[in-house]
Amino acid sequence: MNTIVTILYYLLTAYVAVLLVANFLKNKKWQDEVLYIIVLIPFVLRLLRLK
Amino acid sequence: MTRKAVIAAFGAALAIFAGLSFYRSRHLREPVVPGPSVSRVAHLGDYFGPIKGTVNDVNVYVLEGKEPGGTILLLGGTHPEEPAGRLAAWIFAENAKIAKGRIFVILTANRSASTVTRLGGAYPPDFTIPTAWGGQKFRMGDRWSNPLDQWPDPEVYLHYPTRQELAYVDIRNLNRAFPGRPNGTLTEKTCYAITELVRREKVDIAIDFHEAELQYPVISTIVAHQKGADLAAAASMFISSVEGFAIGVENSPKALRGLSHREIGDATDAISLLLEAPEPFLDATRGRTDRKLLLTGKDDFVVRAGKRGLLFEKIDEKGWPIDIRVGRHTSTVLQILEIWSGDNPAKAVVLSGVPRYTDIVRDGVGAYLKDPKTIDPAKLFYE
Repeated sequence: MNTIVTILYYLLTAYVAVLLVANFLKNKKWQDEVLYIIVLIPFVLRLLRLK
Repeated sequence: MTRKAVIAAFGAALAIFAGLSFYRSRHLREPVVPGPSVSRVAHLGDYFGPIKGTVNDVNVYVLEGKEPGGTILLLGGTHPEEPAGRLAAWIFAENAKIAKGRIFVILTANRSASTVTRLGGAYPPDFTIPTAWGGQKFRMGDRWSNPLDQWPDPEVYLHYPTRQELAYVDIRNLNRAFPGRPNGTLTEKTCYAITELVRREKVDIAIDFHEAELQYPVISTIVAHQKGADLAAAASMFISSVEGFAIGVENSPKALRGLSHREIGDATDAISLLLEAPEPFLDATRGRTDRKLLLTGKDDFVVRAGKRGLLFEKIDEKGWPIDIRVGRHTSTVLQILEIWSGDNPAKAVVLSGVPRYTDIVRDGVGAYLKDPKTIDPAKLFYE
């Protein structure tokens, strides 16, 4: 059961990361682009199992 | 498009910097120079197969004397964020000369917990003990297993086998999961492996090294299972009269489950004891949470809390330096062994070479850490 929840968690993390990248690409304001990139970092680190 | 590329590159640089920092901290290799009595280095997985190859398949240093006698287990790193425990165990593994009996030493009982720091706690990732040869760096660690190794936490943690309800996060706390469960979580399996070690090696006394915040009532004490109450009381009296510091005795509560002093004593023939030293770094009222506080134990805010009567241990501007905390642990073990050996000659554990409280306070912990450069790299072990 724990393994299934863990896999779902990583899928969710990847999904949010993809949404953040998509928003970063769509956005026109540089302040928002910086914000999306910074918010993206912990998601990437978790997907890579670094943090 | 150029702007987006620049911002993405900035983000990638930040991610690489942070990722490298976390990776290096998680994989910091701590060298151990096996002492003169280390006859072999086993692994926890030797006592319980499913642990083999996991992050918690940790080294078990086996120190043996020429004469048979009793068997002792020293547990360091049950809570890696309490570094005096790991350092005291380290000093035994690198220095003890055993004349009689055996000592099993685990330096990092919960290695997984040593690879992470408290989330949101702003802990330093590591700390360095100064030595004559330059210093030895250690991982800082946390109280709980790394969520990368064991996740998710349940809404409610029911301790096995008693089904007592404990704090949800303590399902990753090694000192809330004894005696362990063979088909449980990584933390429960680790506890089960340690309990199996105690059973198979016929350990007479298991001693678990800890530190506590000064706002916690169980501090500067030996917590003793009822089988070890007399031994702990005698050790407390001798320590308070000859070692240069005072230490109390607390009975292990029968209704509080999962702790080593309760469960190892209940599940095996061993006497289980737990030692607590004061660590201001853990106090909620502390100021800046840095390496200096960890090693000096000096904190104005904790001192102020003491002046308002909020603490269970004294503190002044001198703090609680790491040398004092480690020295308390080594002297307490030496006194326990001396009393045990006097009362049980057939199961005596006789040793030399381990510094006492006064030695460590005078020379510093670093004086008793061995220089890994002085021995053949093939003979080194790593935590």
